[in-house]
Amino acid sequence: MLKILQNLDRRWIFLTMFVAVSVPLIMGTTFPETPSDQVLAVFDAVDNLPDGSNIVMALDYDPASAGELQPMASAFTRHCALKKHNIYFMTLWPQGINMIQGSIDILNDEYPETYKGKYGTKYVNLGFRAGNEGVIKLVVEDLKKSYTTDIHGTNLDNIPLTKNLKNIQQVDLLANVSAGYPGSQEWVLYGSSPFDIPTVVGCTGVQAPIMLPYIPDQLTGILAAIKGAAEYEQAIINHYPDLAENPKAKEGLIRMGPQLVAHVLLISLIVLGNVIYFMERRQGTA
Amino acid sequence: MKQSTIIWTLLMVFGGLGLISVQLFRGKGEVYVREVPVEAKSSSKTSPEQTYRWSTYQEVSAKEKDDPGISFSFSRTLGLWVAAFCTLAIFSFLYGDNPLYKFTEAVFVGVSAAYAMVVGFWTEIVTNLYAKLLPELARMSFFPDMESDVHSDLLYLIPLVLSVLLLWRLAPKGNWIARWPLAFFIGATAGIRLISYLETDFIGQLQSTVMPFIVFSADGSMLWFKSLKNTVVIVGVTSCMVYFFFSVEHEGIVKYISRLGIWFLMVTFGASFAYTVMGRIALLSGRLDFLFNEWLGI
Amino acid sequence: MKRTVPLLISAVTGFVLIGTAFIPMFEEWGNDAMAWFNLLAAFAFILGGGNLLKMQLQKISAQQAGWGYAAVTLIAFFVTLFVGLAKVGVHPNAKFPEYSWSGNYLEEGGAFWWFFEYIFTPLSATMFALLAFYISSAAFRAFRAKNTEATILLIIAVIVLLGRTYASEWLTGGFPNEPIFGEGGITYSDFKLDHLSQIIMDDFTTPGMRAIKIGIALGVASTSLKVLLGVDRSYLGSDQEA
Repeated sequence: MLKILQNLDRRWIFLTMFVAVSVPLIMGTTFPETPSDQVLAVFDAVDNLPDGSNIVMALDYDPASAGELQPMASAFTRHCALKKHNIYFMTLWPQGINMIQGSIDILNDEYPETYKGKYGTKYVNLGFRAGNEGVIKLVVEDLKKSYTTDIHGTNLDNIPLTKNLKNIQQVDLLANVSAGYPGSQEWVLYGSSPFDIPTVVGCTGVQAPIMLPYIPDQLTGILAAIKGAAEYEQAIINHYPDLAENPKAKEGLIRMGPQLVAHVLLISLIVLGNVIYFMERRQGTA
Repeated sequence: MKQSTIIWTLLMVFGGLGLISVQLFRGKGEVYVREVPVEAKSSSKTSPEQTYRWSTYQEVSAKEKDDPGISFSFSRTLGLWVAAFCTLAIFSFLYGDNPLYKFTEAVFVGVSAAYAMVVGFWTEIVTNLYAKLLPELARMSFFPDMESDVHSDLLYLIPLVLSVLLLWRLAPKGNWIARWPLAFFIGATAGIRLISYLETDFIGQLQSTVMPFIVFSADGSMLWFKSLKNTVVIVGVTSCMVYFFFSVEHEGIVKYISRLGIWFLMVTFGASFAYTVMGRIALLSGRLDFLFNEWLGI
Repeated sequence: MKRTVPLLISAVTGFVLIGTAFIPMFEEWGNDAMAWFNLLAAFAFILGGGNLLKMQLQKISAQQAGWGYAAVTLIAFFVTLFVGLAKVGVHPNAKFPEYSWSGNYLEEGGAFWWFFEYIFTPLSATMFALLAFYISSAAFRAFRAKNTEATILLIIAVIVLLGRTYASEWLTGGFPNEPIFGEGGITYSDFKLDHLSQIIMDDFTTPGMRAIKIGIALGVASTSLKVLLGVDRSYLGSDQEA
């Protein structure tokens, strides 16, 4: 038995992981979530603002991280839409432009009475600019030095939402969804911390521990990994129960099914690996 | 039977079942669109008014395929199948390196490099360089919305020159000149980072750690949990800092404090590992969701 | 020219940007410098593409092993570049229909959009999805409780992994909210896995990460100063360059 386990082809582990994620995904298993204090801080930051407040939504991620971050970006968008906030979309990632389009589709398809045909007055898509933290430095001090036009080439001076916007210190909240560099940490370093811009972030699991020390002095709240997304979705559903009927608003909650099985599998693999290790040690082969 | 043969057979069976189910669930693996006619009137006030017409297409769910105005989209259906092929080809690397994987990997490298170039060109170079240096031409070509009283900003000749020097790096001779723009880049990065890191990550983090060891409530009673929490954080930060301080020998009391610091760091790394696992699994479920839901329609 | 000028450029740029934090007059200069910085970052994308081109062409001309794949890379590169720069399948901006180049290069339905949506997206997302498989294999083979430190790491990882899913409810959901000893002290429910993992994140991971951050901040500050003062010149490369 020990010999079999020692020489186990890793492809068997791959196959087990594939099954562990696939089965709950196909079955659509979901579990109830209780929003944590951190998630509630994010929820309150968006919800306690008066309706129609100005929010910058910086979606700094690409398709590679969409599996983890798309539910967060969608939840932020839906929550802002429910509060009828004015949204400024932007991204520091070249691939983020298409991620923004996903959020704009939500505004137009699910909240047409507030957003459809109201480009420029209820939301604006500033698109991408190269320069990483260089872009942040400019948008927090002199937006139009970096963004002279929106994504469609329209002059920002001719768009009602951006006409009188000198920099993003004037907005009520910065919501950032980030997959790494440039992202949440840079927004804190060059934006929210030196200029006291209220900021909430949604980030990947890899980034979550890095962002924790910024709470609560430099960051209002954080959605950490897919669990954070699921809890945020639950918090929104708790306050706006109509949303429970929209299956797309439960993307993160649905992903927690595969998450559970895969975590249990991983723990089993760690335990099994250690059992082999201690057996080898007893036999004197390790 | 050899282990590899079993795995291969299983994969083929799964793949075959997947394709059969596409056929069984008709309408899955197909993309439908709604035609949205656009009618645009010429913006020019001087030339005679002219109307331009074209259609854009909006993706709809397969459930709406029989509704009026909905049609089958060949290009998007082809795209969906190409996407599924790309996904499976990359997954095939799990079995072992193979030509299919290498092919898609080569495509990926080419497409990503070109994608970044195109986006950089349209968003930054055209908007913030071309339009600043040649506003009249920019208005006539890409930005008709630009104010007519905007004049050339000759200061932008400096980044233009620096950029040309940067691209000189590709030249076989004289590529040392690329050090100039590189020096600008490095200097700017150092300049902005020095202040921001000191302000946010040094002073800011120290400030957040300066907390009372013992916390009392308004009525004067001691808050045990809050006090314990503060103490753990202060001790944690201090012990980890001691561990990072290599200017003194880690002996005697310093050895024990730094050892405590290592334990705190191990807790940090353990939690980071768990969160990383969580992230990776979320990415996999996102991809499998595409295969099962969008492509196979299970 | 080869070394003095770059050192001067980096020092002036860096100190002007540092000055923006203290001298209001420098603010405008700093913003100009950042605008140029962003433009150079965009040109860096072109430099990256050019480098890729050079390398792949060298591979093909030398007929190195796998040169066929280099050709595939080049074809994919040029096709994507062409459809993106030529705005293939893109309509003009509806406000200015007579300007045929005024449309959004990433318009839904356009060729460049198609490449992104159906080739780039699945390829990059699947590349990263592979990591889930490799992390599971690594956990099985390498995650061993060899000493105290490794055991702490392992136990914490297991608690957080369980505590962040519904498993915590199944395993420890039944813990009563009653004090273990005395009134107002620690309760059994404080040991629920989700609560424990929260404590680990807030009270143990945060100080660990905070110390790392303080260390990095000092490192960044000293490295930056070394670069600006010309002590660290490694970014200039060697004098042997053509």
